[in-house]
Amino acid sequence: MKKLIVFFSLLAMLCGMSVPAFAENAAATAAVTAPAAAAPAAAPAPVPNKGDTAFMIASTILVILMTLPGLALFYGGLVRTKNMLSMLTQVFVIFCVIALLWVIYGYSLAFSAGGGLNSFIGGFSKAFLAGITPDSVAETFSKGVVIPELLFVVFQLTFAAITVALVVGGLAERIKFSALLIFAVLWFTFSYLPMAHMVWFWGGPSAFADPAGFIFGKGAIDFAGGTVVHINAAMAALMGAFVLGKRIGYGKEALAPHSLTMTMIGAALLWVGWFGFNAGSNLEANGTAVLALTNTIVATAAAAMSWMFTEWLLRGKPSMLGVASGAVAGLVAVTPAAGYVGPMGAIVLGLIAGVLCFWGVTGLKKLLGVDDSLDVFGVHGVGGIVGAIGTGIFAAPSLGGTGVFDYAANKVGDYSIIGQVTSQAWGVGTTILWSGIVSFVLFKLIDMVIGLRVTEEAEREGLDTSTHGERAYNM
Amino acid sequence: MKMVTAIIKPFKLDEVREALSAIGVQGITVTEVKGFGRQKGHTELYRGAEYVVDFLPKIKLEAAIKSDMLDQVLEAIEKAAQTGKIGDGKIFVTSIEQVIRIRTGESGVEAL
Repeated sequence: MKKLIVFFSLLAMLCGMSVPAFAENAAATAAVTAPAAAAPAAAPAPVPNKGDTAFMIASTILVILMTLPGLALFYGGLVRTKNMLSMLTQVFVIFCVIALLWVIYGYSLAFSAGGGLNSFIGGFSKAFLAGITPDSVAETFSKGVVIPELLFVVFQLTFAAITVALVVGGLAERIKFSALLIFAVLWFTFSYLPMAHMVWFWGGPSAFADPAGFIFGKGAIDFAGGTVVHINAAMAALMGAFVLGKRIGYGKEALAPHSLTMTMIGAALLWVGWFGFNAGSNLEANGTAVLALTNTIVATAAAAMSWMFTEWLLRGKPSMLGVASGAVAGLVAVTPAAGYVGPMGAIVLGLIAGVLCFWGVTGLKKLLGVDDSLDVFGVHGVGGIVGAIGTGIFAAPSLGGTGVFDYAANKVGDYSIIGQVTSQAWGVGTTILWSGIVSFVLFKLIDMVIGLRVTEEAEREGLDTSTHGERAYNM
Repeated sequence: MKMVTAIIKPFKLDEVREALSAIGVQGITVTEVKGFGRQKGHTELYRGAEYVVDFLPKIKLEAAIKSDMLDQVLEAIEKAAQTGKIGDGKIFVTSIEQVIRIRTGESGVEAL
């Protein structure tokens, strides 16, 4: 009975959220769609290239692989045997929930013009994918090059899904499943969507002067989501871990990972899937996509090595978990940089990320004193910040980067490292504050209303049997 | 009749079994166990978290033998299980009051 109530309140929340907001924004969206519709009519309508379309379909599927089963296994291996299924279930279900919300209102709020609030959030003009047909097109970053808009919708769907799924690493082994689902819905709505809009929404090459998102307008560049995905999720995980409190036995009992084999498989799937994430973020199959692909190999390799050697030097042993964590740190750091920095810049970025993220899960973690169980902040937060700021440095053409294309002048613009790093800092600062505040408020609210944490008895028994009624291994 | 209980390093099990067979021991029972002694545990490091593993895996081996074989058996186990390093284990000897073979109902030395 109690479970039914939770289910219905979830449903009610979903409906309640979209309907009134719909009405509020109806006027605003009507005003915005008019000029947007006029623009493509002026030029001869571009048609998607089959190569680009095929590339983006493959990239989308690769990003799904990152979450299912990549992230699920990566996280699952890091918890104790009794909580393995809870991690797998949480990641799987979050993917499903966000996939649905994305097409219902997520895409529209992130990637349509938002009228008066356009700096921070989009509107509801594309809710339920209104007006998007197989023939609709979305612009890439090159003038006159388009891909099917529906493909852009599902590609971005996979980003939203993995971002919310990343958060569960900080809440592992003690979060109440119903509370997690409510959090996922609310946080997606109030943190992911505004962040995606602020960082990525712009008019496209044909209407580059149109109002863009707040952080985009500050000149910050984020190729595949260092801020939107990684810093965003990391802040939520940190806040969640803080509000939830430490796991029973944290610091006293051994809470060792139950299967680093699973974690290695997960990390490897993340790496493979990340090629879709980073190269696909270019939206078309060209040289820049290949640059992103190359950087995603070398930065990751460099970070895995630098983490391993740091650990070997300071702790005496090179561990598999260290190598896998280093690889993920490198992937995170190269995410915002992938299509902007040269391969040598990416290697330096990876080397720095490996060392700093190692500090993130050791020194910084002790300093913060929060049981961020699977080190989401140490790896994704620190790596995300290193990547976002590093992008400002290594994107410089003088350091082998591509610079930033100036659509008004139709060439690569003059590059100021200090200027770009300042823009990047705006992106980092806004994400930390926005996600930090939204997450903290949401976790506190949910904790007050239905409680965030399972009972002590359930936690000791393990979430697999106490919440899901089954065991991962019956051997 | 004596019961010989030996705690040994797991990788020494095969050598000990061969040594015991060679001197005519008819059967042994083996259990995988964990414990601590002078060897103490070791530490494992998972990212920032350090765990002390106090209980190390060992093999517990039990053999019921005739009293006159005792010295031979002890020598065989000691020789086969020794590495000279800390953690080689211990042998305990106790007396057995009664033994019964379930299949035939034989008892005492006959049942060994």
